[in-house]
Amino acid sequence: MFNFSQIKKDFPIFENNPSLVYLDSTATSLKPRPVIEKLVEYYSKYSANIFRGVYSLSEKATEEYEKTREKIAKFVNGKKEEIIFTRNTTESLNLLAYSLGRKIIEKNDEIVTTIMEHHSNFVPWQMLSQETGAILKVVNINQEGELDVYENKLKTQNSKLKTKTQNFESKKSLRLDNIITKKTKILALTYISNVLGTVNPIKEIVMVAKKINPKVIVIVDAAQAAPHKKIDVLDLGVDFLTFSSHKMLGPTGVGVLWGKYDLLCEMFPFNFGGEMIAEVFLDKTFFKDPPYKFEAGTPAIAEVIALSEAVSYLEKIGLEKIETYEKELVQLAYQRLKEEFGENIKILGEGNIRERSGILAFNFYNLHPHDVAQILSEKNICLRSGHHCAQPLHQFLAVSSSCRASFYLYNDKDDVEKLVEGLKEVRERFKI
Amino acid sequence: MSNIYTEIILDHYQHPRNFGEIKNPTKKVEVANPLCGDKIKMMIVFDKEKVTEVKFTGVGCAISTASASMLTEYIKGKTKEQLKKIDKNFIIKMLGVSLGVNRIKCALLSLEALKKLL
Repeated sequence: MFNFSQIKKDFPIFENNPSLVYLDSTATSLKPRPVIEKLVEYYSKYSANIFRGVYSLSEKATEEYEKTREKIAKFVNGKKEEIIFTRNTTESLNLLAYSLGRKIIEKNDEIVTTIMEHHSNFVPWQMLSQETGAILKVVNINQEGELDVYENKLKTQNSKLKTKTQNFESKKSLRLDNIITKKTKILALTYISNVLGTVNPIKEIVMVAKKINPKVIVIVDAAQAAPHKKIDVLDLGVDFLTFSSHKMLGPTGVGVLWGKYDLLCEMFPFNFGGEMIAEVFLDKTFFKDPPYKFEAGTPAIAEVIALSEAVSYLEKIGLEKIETYEKELVQLAYQRLKEEFGENIKILGEGNIRERSGILAFNFYNLHPHDVAQILSEKNICLRSGHHCAQPLHQFLAVSSSCRASFYLYNDKDDVEKLVEGLKEVRERFKI
Repeated sequence: MSNIYTEIILDHYQHPRNFGEIKNPTKKVEVANPLCGDKIKMMIVFDKEKVTEVKFTGVGCAISTASASMLTEYIKGKTKEQLKKIDKNFIIKMLGVSLGVNRIKCALLSLEALKKLL
């Protein structure tokens, strides 16, 4: 078994903040030394623009940039020319809503998304459906915090939660009968909820959805999955997959969009400008083939190059090991929090505690998440408070906001204990 | 940031003054902080220029609740002219703690409500 206790040493931020308890990796991850060093390497050794120069520095930069594209392709089991670099997951999803959505969506078509989406995989589809007159269908969750796809029913946003037993009985077969229809053109959903930590059964969903309508295009937001889980786009059977560098130990400013090549060819370009054109005339322009068609302008060169080091780092440890380790940690955190605070700590989506990613969103007594997070911050414990860019989900759960602790490979049992101690202090300060 | 959860703030948070509804207010507003989904509803009764009654309801953190509680306590009996002078600095002084860039928004939610009532 990999020794996770040594990992903190690879992250210079802990040298500068020895008491740091970082529980906000769902928002962004910390960076290991090789990633930081790679950024410096680019800026100090070959900081030229890519593609344009014939001189050796530019060639070196281009080579490094393209090497990352290859590496990312392997990372998700796609092809090199199917990897597009964007700014972040949000931009990847907006690119799809724009370049794909505006190409294929017509009035009365159906777009399906879910209540557990981050705003970036919800609002673009809401806007697209409003512009085109398409119908936006939203899949709800059940009491366990799983997508409500285990029975033959699409419910409205206001419907009440079902009882546990009902759901349990119907859980065996995954049904999308009234959700996916012949009119459904796009199914956009998250791999892992950034609030509930629920891991959606993407492969099964794709299989069932495409059986009903082989033409449905499945778009997966893997922002919370790519850092923690081995991904194979071919095995999953999806059409598009998006994620962000900064959540998987890489630099900020880089997102990834993987898409099936023939679909990428059919799509509109996104931005117009440098690097994405083949030929420009006074009256017309020809565009390059994907992926370059979607990469107008000078990209975040250093950041893309350094992302390659993040992938190496994750692969060296092994994503399966990371996933297992995080699961153990989140179970421990759940157990310790429940031992200490019982019913006074309410975990969102508590029902799926055994099958969740390293995320625990909760409310503590009747305290406001801001106040909880503020007192914890005095002890250098970083966790998030608010709606985590998932307001429809919070509305559905009938809470205005929550605290969220998330665990990654550099967290350990001590961090869990410090969180427990920190929460005890919160309780004292509010004289509960 | 030093301790912002002083005795007085905790007291106003746990026992907010003027918390509740007024049946026939002269005016009523609702303001929200999109960052955390906090909402404050504030209602007021004027007798000509003077505030005779003010109440608030809503969900909020300690800072936004204490701020609304203390502010409503202050504005009772004041005239519109007097209330127009209330600004950000007044609220900070009233709370008596120093808040960071993010938390100051919580403190100013009740001020936003008041401005809309005038």
